[in-house]
Amino acid sequence: MSPPPPAPLLDVRHLEVRYGDLVGVADVSLAVGAGQVVALLGSNGAGKTTTLNAIAGLVRPSGGAILWRGEAIGGLPAYAIVGRGLALSPEGWRLFVGQTVEQNLRLGATALADRQRVPELLERVFAIFPRLAERRRQSAGTLSGGERQMLALGRALMSEPKLLMLDEPSLGLAPAVVETLYDTLWRLHGEGLTILLAEQSVPLALEIADHAYVLQTGRTVLDGPARALEDDPEVQRIYLGIRGEAAASR
Amino acid sequence: MSKRLAPAPTLSRKREREVCKVLACGNGFRRSSEQGKGGIFRSGLAAYPVILLQIIAGGLLLGAVYALFSAGLSLIWGMMNVINFAHGEFVMIGMYVAFLVVTALNGGPVAFAPAAAAFLFLLGVVVYFGLIRHIIRGPMIAQILSTFGLALLLRYVTFWLFSANFRTLPDNLIPGTVDLGGVLLGMPQLVAGGAAFVLTIGAHLLLTRTALGSRLLAVAEDRSAAMLMGIRPDRMQALAWGLSAAGAGIAGALIATFYPFSPGVGETFALTAFVVVALGGFGSIPGALVAGLLIGVIQSLSAYAFGPVYKDVVVYALFVAILWVRPQGLMGKLV
Repeated sequence: MSPPPPAPLLDVRHLEVRYGDLVGVADVSLAVGAGQVVALLGSNGAGKTTTLNAIAGLVRPSGGAILWRGEAIGGLPAYAIVGRGLALSPEGWRLFVGQTVEQNLRLGATALADRQRVPELLERVFAIFPRLAERRRQSAGTLSGGERQMLALGRALMSEPKLLMLDEPSLGLAPAVVETLYDTLWRLHGEGLTILLAEQSVPLALEIADHAYVLQTGRTVLDGPARALEDDPEVQRIYLGIRGEAAASR
Repeated sequence: MSKRLAPAPTLSRKREREVCKVLACGNGFRRSSEQGKGGIFRSGLAAYPVILLQIIAGGLLLGAVYALFSAGLSLIWGMMNVINFAHGEFVMIGMYVAFLVVTALNGGPVAFAPAAAAFLFLLGVVVYFGLIRHIIRGPMIAQILSTFGLALLLRYVTFWLFSANFRTLPDNLIPGTVDLGGVLLGMPQLVAGGAAFVLTIGAHLLLTRTALGSRLLAVAEDRSAAMLMGIRPDRMQALAWGLSAAGAGIAGALIATFYPFSPGVGETFALTAFVVVALGGFGSIPGALVAGLLIGVIQSLSAYAFGPVYKDVVVYALFVAILWVRPQGLMGKLV
């Protein structure tokens, strides 16, 4: 295990989230340094979504600490957190399908203090995803899966986040579409965006990530540089269940 | 309850007849059919198409007011899944605000409609923060009982303050009738219907064409996702309650210019609003507009064809029949 990078942007320590008697996350610690891409790995129900939701303020942590640039943000409501520069694109995209593409994007900029920047940001998103520009007046409900993913990503970018959190962005997408998505993420990373990514598709995530954390039943059980995890067949066999291992855990 | 229910209808009918006589209203809220029949007596069968036009025009004007107060109920229903049983009382309070502004402050129509809107907006926001916010995630039965309790509270406080007597606004408040090629429309009805129509369309534009409306609808569609955008759902929901109540208040103030009212009058409006919302689709303002106009015309026509006593029976029968065939309402889902 490598030590977390110095002075991380986001520092989650011993996070615990309970839903009544149910424990969603028992003990998760992770750190995201500025400019890094960090992957959150683990099977279904390992606690990836709950961890991201707790950071984004959708669920209240029952224990532990969430530090954003040194400030404790655990327990703040989601609308206060996005204003601090953390944007979550939630699982299943959660677009406002009753509204147009442009309205969805503008909603993404709600937390932005400087309203003057909205047109500029809109143009930037349209430059990244020309397809969205073509469909800007169309209802979000009429988009294809790939376009919905673009819109979800674009909407998250509209708040000019310092940290972009993505929950299962590739879920339910065709492989070609997933490839474009990861190309885009790679580009954004190249422009200096920090990304925290929860992903079930391990090879993809490890390809783009600098660092990865493995979650199992609500705990971080392993972390390390993505390269190291990628090359460790034992890790893959036990925690990730990929690449034809017969006894892969699911 | 029984004390109130027994005398009210007779009082109402008598009073309305008086008022209609005094106002000479070409197309009153309930008396349209009698006026229509009077028309036949006056001009014979040759005037039949004119009478039909008259009835339809009166129904449309009334329907526009229905649409205005139903749109608010629809918004709350579609947005929060809360059925506001006190919505009719919001309309009723709008009438009393108009009454107070006119009698106590000597205000005219330009003053009392905005006054009713402002007062009801405030009341709506207070109701949201004081009551709705606490029961919104509770069981359905808690929501039903609390808004029903609110209805009783508002109704009986009004009884206490103003007594059960029927009130009317002075008949010269919005004077005159307009003659459109033989179709006579009372100025109060024309103003009420016209303003209600414009305001309902305005509410729709506010929701679909402005950033504020977009945020409001975002909360309605997906509360958590809206929070991730930086929207404070509480504020948007309070705003929705304020707008909904304000719409009801203006509608009440507009109707009060030609409709006698007592504290129990909200019940009728609430029932009408439920029919309109169910027909138009929960949460759809264009739906409420179309359904409101439809209900207004159906009421007018059936009052003429079968007599005023049966007009509500016809509306409710049609309502049940349409729900049978299209349970989602005529115009489907949220805005």
